[in-house]
Amino acid sequence: MSARLAARDLACSRGPATLFRAISFDVAAGEWIAVRGPNGSGKTTLLRCIAGLTRADRGEVLWDGESTRAAASRFRASLLYSGHLPGIKDDLSAEENVQSALALRGVAAPEGAIRSALADVGLEKRRRLPARRLSAGQRRRIGLARLILDPAPLWALDEPLTALDAEGERLFGRLLERHLATGGLALLATHHDLAPAPARELRIGA
Amino acid sequence: MNAAAERLALSEPGGSFTAAFAWAFSRDLRLTMRHPGETLLVVAFFVLVASLFPLGVGAEPQLLQRIGPGVIWVCALLAAFLSLPGMFASDYADGSLEQMTLSPHPMSGWAMGKIAAHWFATGLPLTVLSPLLGLQYGLGGDTLLALAAALVIGTPVLSLLGAACTALTLGARGGGMLLALLALPLFVPVLVFGAGAAEAQASGLSAAPHLSILAAGLLVALVGLPPAVCAAVRIAMD
Repeated sequence: MSARLAARDLACSRGPATLFRAISFDVAAGEWIAVRGPNGSGKTTLLRCIAGLTRADRGEVLWDGESTRAAASRFRASLLYSGHLPGIKDDLSAEENVQSALALRGVAAPEGAIRSALADVGLEKRRRLPARRLSAGQRRRIGLARLILDPAPLWALDEPLTALDAEGERLFGRLLERHLATGGLALLATHHDLAPAPARELRIGA
Repeated sequence: MNAAAERLALSEPGGSFTAAFAWAFSRDLRLTMRHPGETLLVVAFFVLVASLFPLGVGAEPQLLQRIGPGVIWVCALLAAFLSLPGMFASDYADGSLEQMTLSPHPMSGWAMGKIAAHWFATGLPLTVLSPLLGLQYGLGGDTLLALAAALVIGTPVLSLLGAACTALTLGARGGGMLLALLALPLFVPVLVFGAGAAEAQASGLSAAPHLSILAAGLLVALVGLPPAVCAAVRIAMD
């Protein structure tokens, strides 16, 4: 199955301000799109619109040709969204956070797989520490471990490189490369230039 | 990256109510266990306030027996109210609520799981302790039983109503005060019939009618409130 995401004529306003309008794009399997724009231009809102958290004023999002509102549950099963707030619980360990996030998405992960994913992101020794005792970058790496294990074909990630060091950025680049190579697609709001170049850039605002 | 990085498969692509319920219930209880202080505070508040009344109004057996069920119910209601803000606030603040909203599982599944965990951590301990507190008021055995029965049916209603109100105040400034204005009036019917059950028993009548009405209220709340919680969470996300 080759997955495909399309947006048609999306528009969204916050109060009196129009954030964006007439946004249309297509992403095919193996491609990623960079959402770029100055601060406050609506990159986050666009991602939230596509994920279905925020209701767009106009337009629709199509996943495999079906409206994501009509087939919400099927779309959500294919979507891995991560916003500014990554949904990491301070009181749970890195291991428990990954396990819990995967279980919520309906993915049953064996302990060994979680452990090796955490080793891949450099958290093996700290996997049992409560997340509150990890640094901002290490908490981001918990999110990377999720990216390794989650089978979702569509990533919608908001500033995934925030707080990551150079090695973390390279790791993310490798994960993205592998994701695209296995037929995944991604929508990333980021200011960084990543190793696999984006298929297109979506400029909003300004 | 090594071989173990192979992707796992979605076990149930469509999501399931029971999986979401079990996920939220076990996760919230685990988080409660990590921070037993909050639950203990709620229980301590209940015990302390209910114990202050006999000291304040004097040790007159008839008076204490008369006010006992009502006082214990008001204390249980306030204790349950105290624990409400924590129900969604931390999940909202750290982004977990977004992740839950975007999970393929039906929203009502995890919402019910969270409500059940809330009741398990507050309503249930309050119910278990209530007969002990009733002893301070010189309530008889049958009355204590009616009191506990009313609480076991009534406190889930409080958790359900409280969840809907808490979800509505998510993201609002001054949410605490707003929550009191929203939730406390809605708790009134539960209080009236809950306290009424024990009082009827104490005055020689049957507690059954009150308990039946409470149980009917619980059924209505079980059916009607989870969709309200889901709608309120969706509004908070938008």
